[in-house]
Amino acid sequence: MNNADKNQLKDGLFKYFGIFASLIGLILLSIFIASIISDGLRRIDWQFLTSLPSRKSEKAGILTAWTGSLWIFALTALISIPLSIAAAIYLEEYSKKNRFSKLLEINITNLAGVPSVIYGILGLEIFVRTWKLGGSLLAGAFTLSLLIMPIIIVATREAITAVPSSIKEASFGMGATKWQTIWYQILPSSAGGIATGVILALSRAVGEAAPVIVIGALAYVPFVAQSPMDEFTVLPIQIFNWVSRPDPGFITNAAAGIIILLAITFLLNGIAVYLRYRWQRHVKW
Amino acid sequence: MGTSKGKSTNSENIEKQKESTISFDFTDRTKGIKLESKNANVFYGDNHVIKDVNLQIREKTVTAFIGPSGCGKSTFLRMFNRMNDYIESFHMDGEILIDEKDIYDGEVRVEDLRKNVGMVFQKPNPFPKSIYENVIYGLKIQGIKDKKILDQTVEESLISAALWDEVKDQLNKSALALSGGQQQRLCIARALAVKPTVILMDEPASALDPIATSKIEELIHVLKKEYTIVIVTHNMQQAGRVSDKTAFFHIGELIEFENTKDVFINPRHELTERYITGRFG
Ligand SMILES: Nc1ncnc2c1ncn2[C@@H]1O[C@H](COP(=O)(O)OP(=O)(O)OP(=O)(O)O)[C@@H](O)[C@H]1O
Ligand SMILES: [Mg+2]
Repeated sequence: MNNADKNQLKDGLFKYFGIFASLIGLILLSIFIASIISDGLRRIDWQFLTSLPSRKSEKAGILTAWTGSLWIFALTALISIPLSIAAAIYLEEYSKKNRFSKLLEINITNLAGVPSVIYGILGLEIFVRTWKLGGSLLAGAFTLSLLIMPIIIVATREAITAVPSSIKEASFGMGATKWQTIWYQILPSSAGGIATGVILALSRAVGEAAPVIVIGALAYVPFVAQSPMDEFTVLPIQIFNWVSRPDPGFITNAAAGIIILLAITFLLNGIAVYLRYRWQRHVKW
Repeated sequence: MGTSKGKSTNSENIEKQKESTISFDFTDRTKGIKLESKNANVFYGDNHVIKDVNLQIREKTVTAFIGPSGCGKSTFLRMFNRMNDYIESFHMDGEILIDEKDIYDGEVRVEDLRKNVGMVFQKPNPFPKSIYENVIYGLKIQGIKDKKILDQTVEESLISAALWDEVKDQLNKSALALSGGQQQRLCIARALAVKPTVILMDEPASALDPIATSKIEELIHVLKKEYTIVIVTHNMQQAGRVSDKTAFFHIGELIEFENTKDVFINPRHELTERYITGRFG
């Protein structure tokens, strides 16, 4: 075998390895989803969706968990979206470019990589103990907001920087103030990019278990949360709790719960992909 | 200030050289002084880009700024609507006056200034919104919501910008769907909508084809009846066609400021002559 042949062989091998590597994730995920669906799909019915938790697997439902997740989704969105967008606008449009702002920027980017359980501990100290919110929905939403704000800030800044300076000049040239330029030009032009980042971040928040466990969300909550100060559970915790029970009936419940959580996550990601696609098609400079 | 022309054999030329470089439009003294620069100096950090420029521009005239790339035409133009304020390293001294008022005075709100001094940029920059929305932007930011006023302004401005006939049936269409020349006229309409008295144009036709360019030039001819226009251009023929007076800049200095036909037929300075005849190093 001469050198050229060897190289060609290497090339071929690498190609197949590459295909294998990219498929393996997809294959494993498909196998996992298929087995979950075959285990859990038949368990999803009206009774399952509208029942409180129970000691008996066939009576137990997921009502408190999905309503808890919905609460968390809404509260986290309410807290994190305005704060993150404000922070991003400040960093991009108002802050003087000096060493302090550089440091701030680097820190925010790094925060996106901090393990979520650390945020849980932070939330426990600040919101649960110092602010005395207890293991409430509000404490959970604040904690998860901390977790996802860096993601939204980074996405928002990217979307804002993509707005061409000629648009800003046009606006200023017409006598617009900085705030008017941001409100009428920059935000509408970057809305698609911001929305994409927001939804991906929220879908991450809904899927998190560790930080909410740390702040004291309970596995067993026998009532549907009525206010942000109520105790709560969320889908990932409920699933985690069911999986760890010996009764095979609960394993089926867990599979059903996973299907619901996955459906929510896929739906959110689908919306994000759609928004990004629409945004890219509509905004041509 | 630059070298004066060498071949000063005839007496007329010598006469001319005695005159000050700050000159007036002797042909029409009835027009008041609209824009004025007194000993203006501009710096970007340590870079001295406008050097002690004095000039006066009469109202309802068209003035062309010409000169080699990087000589400071855009910088000087943008002094009149304070668009350089956003550049962090920018600082200036001297005075820039509009209607005899120093616009760099602390009391002047830049937002009010820019309603009076519209600007058209080199690359057409309509907002990614409808034609209608583009034209009313200036009114919207002033808080004007009356639909009748808005509709009327859109029509008037588009007519003034010679675009109305082409777009009157599609006012809700995206401005980005227009051709480059139409976009530039839309930007002019947008500037006219807030009823300015001065319009600054920075190479407004340099991104356009000859037909679109001649439309813009015709438009400038019409607009000059009501507005004071200053236009930066690299196109000598264009400066000759549209302007009453021409200012020639060279490395930040105002070398010559005369009636356009004098500048082109009989430039005073060798630098000007070399520039307009295309013999520039
Ligand atoms: N934002 C800026 N920051 C620093 N220096 C600048 C800036 N803009 C322009 N300059 C400098 O100021 C000088 C004048 O630039 P200006 O853009 O006014 O020239 P110009 O005559 O309009 O050139 P052109 O014909 O190429 O448009 C140049 O030396 C340029 O490098
Ligand atoms: Mg320029």
